Amino acid sequence: MVSKRIIPCLDIKEGRVVKGTNFVNLVDAGSPVELAQRYSDKGADELVFLDITASAEKRKTLIKLVAEVAKAIRIPFTVGGGISEISDIEALLKAGADKVSLNSSIVKNPALITSAAKRFGSQAVVAAIDIKLINGVYKVFVKGGREETELEGFEWCRRAAELGAGEILLTSMDKDGTKSGFDLPFLTKLRTLVSIPIIASGGAGKMEDFLDAFAQANVDACLAASLFHFGIIEINDLKKYLKENNVKVRI
Amino acid sequence: MIAIIDYGAGNVASVANAIEKLGKEFVITNNEYTIYKAEKIIFPGVGEASFAIRQLHLLNLFSFIRMIKKPMLGICLGMQLMCEFSDEGNTSCLGIFPGRNVMFDSKLCTVPHMGWNEVKQIKQSKLFDGIKDNEFFYFAHSYYLPVNEFTTSTANHSVDVTASIEKDNFYGVQFHPEKSGEAGLHFFNNFINL
Repeated sequence: MVSKRIIPCLDIKEGRVVKGTNFVNLVDAGSPVELAQRYSDKGADELVFLDITASAEKRKTLIKLVAEVAKAIRIPFTVGGGISEISDIEALLKAGADKVSLNSSIVKNPALITSAAKRFGSQAVVAAIDIKLINGVYKVFVKGGREETELEGFEWCRRAAELGAGEILLTSMDKDGTKSGFDLPFLTKLRTLVSIPIIASGGAGKMEDFLDAFAQANVDACLAASLFHFGIIEINDLKKYLKENNVKVRI
Repeated sequence: MIAIIDYGAGNVASVANAIEKLGKEFVITNNEYTIYKAEKIIFPGVGEASFAIRQLHLLNLFSFIRMIKKPMLGICLGMQLMCEFSDEGNTSCLGIFPGRNVMFDSKLCTVPHMGWNEVKQIKQSKLFDGIKDNEFFYFAHSYYLPVNEFTTSTANHSVDVTASIEKDNFYGVQFHPEKSGEAGLHFFNNFINL
C-alpha cells in the first residue's frame, strides 16, 4: 500500500525561502538548497517550491535553483509559480524537477493541463487550486490569492482531474496561516469527486491536524510551510506520531 | 562508463545526479556508437508511451536497443517501453519483456499511483543485494505491468504490480531509484557493480 506523504512547501522569492500568513507579511526563513537537504534528511517525502515572484526575467534564476536542488536531494520535488508555457515546463523538468504545479495559467487556459499531461505524463502535472468561501460558495482564486474568479471550487477540481492533472494541491485560503486545521469539509467532499491524489494545504497547526486530514478526509498528502521552517513540528516526530495512530507512513 | 540514453522523454538530470553521487563516470547520449561502447546502459523515462516510442523511432534507436548485449536498466516508463505493448496511446513497444502495460482502475485506487510504496522481493536479484525486503521506493505512474514470470519484486496498489523485472542482460524497475533516497542509491550501486 502506498504511504501517506508529508510535504514541506518552500515559498521562494529572489532565491530565498519566505512564508507569509494569509499571503502577506513575508518572513525570510533560509536558503532553499540547505532547507531542502535538511527536510530530506528529516524524512520529508517530497518538496514543493513555489516561486512567488516568478516572471519572465526570474525564470533563469529558478532553473538554476532547481538544478542545484536536484543535485542536493534524492527525493521528488514540484516547482510552481508563474508557469504558463509548455517550454517553461520542459525547462524545469529537464533541470531536475519531477512535477510542476500550475495555478493561474490553467484557469486562463484549461487546455494547458491536457497538453502538458500528454507531453510529460499526468504524474508531472499538479493542479494547484486556491479556494475561499464567499457567501456560502467555495470560489477559486488566482494570482496568489489576489483575484477572485467565476469558478466554483469542487467543479474546477473535478474538471482539472478530467483534463489530465495528476494531482490536486488544494489550498484553503480561509485556513491558510490560521493554524486551526485543514479544511476537512471541503477535502472530505472532494475525495468523493476525484480519484487522483489530493494534497491538502492551508491551516496545519498541530500534529492532530495532519492525522485528521488523513483519517477523516483520506487525503494522500499534507503540505505545510512555516510549521516546519520554524521547527514548531519536526517531520520525523510527526511521522512517528502518525504511525502510532495507524497512518501508513514511510519511516 | 555508464551511458544514460537521452531520447527526450526522461528525467535524465536526476539519474545523472545519482550516478555522479556514486562517483561513476557517465555520458548522456542518444548516439548508437557511444551506447554500444558503454559498460552499462540506463534507459530512463517519464511521460507518455506513444510519444516516447515515436522519439525512439525518430532517433533510430528502436531496433538498436533490442540488440543491446550489455546490462541495461529501464526506469519507470523506460521499463514499460521494454515490454510488448502499452495501452497508453495503444503502442507496440520494444518486446524485450513479455506483457502489456494496463491502466490502474480508478474505481479501486487513486490514479496515478504516486508516492512511496513498499517493494516486496519475490525472486533473488543482485540488484536488491543489501536492500531489506519491503523497503520503500518512490513510484509515479498510471499504467502498470502485471506480474509475470520475469518479475523479481512487486508493489501493491489495489493490485500487485511489477516493481522490478529481469531477463538475460535486461533489467527494469517501475519505481524511481534516483528519487528513492539512500535505498535508491544503493540499488543503482548494485546495478553499477553487476
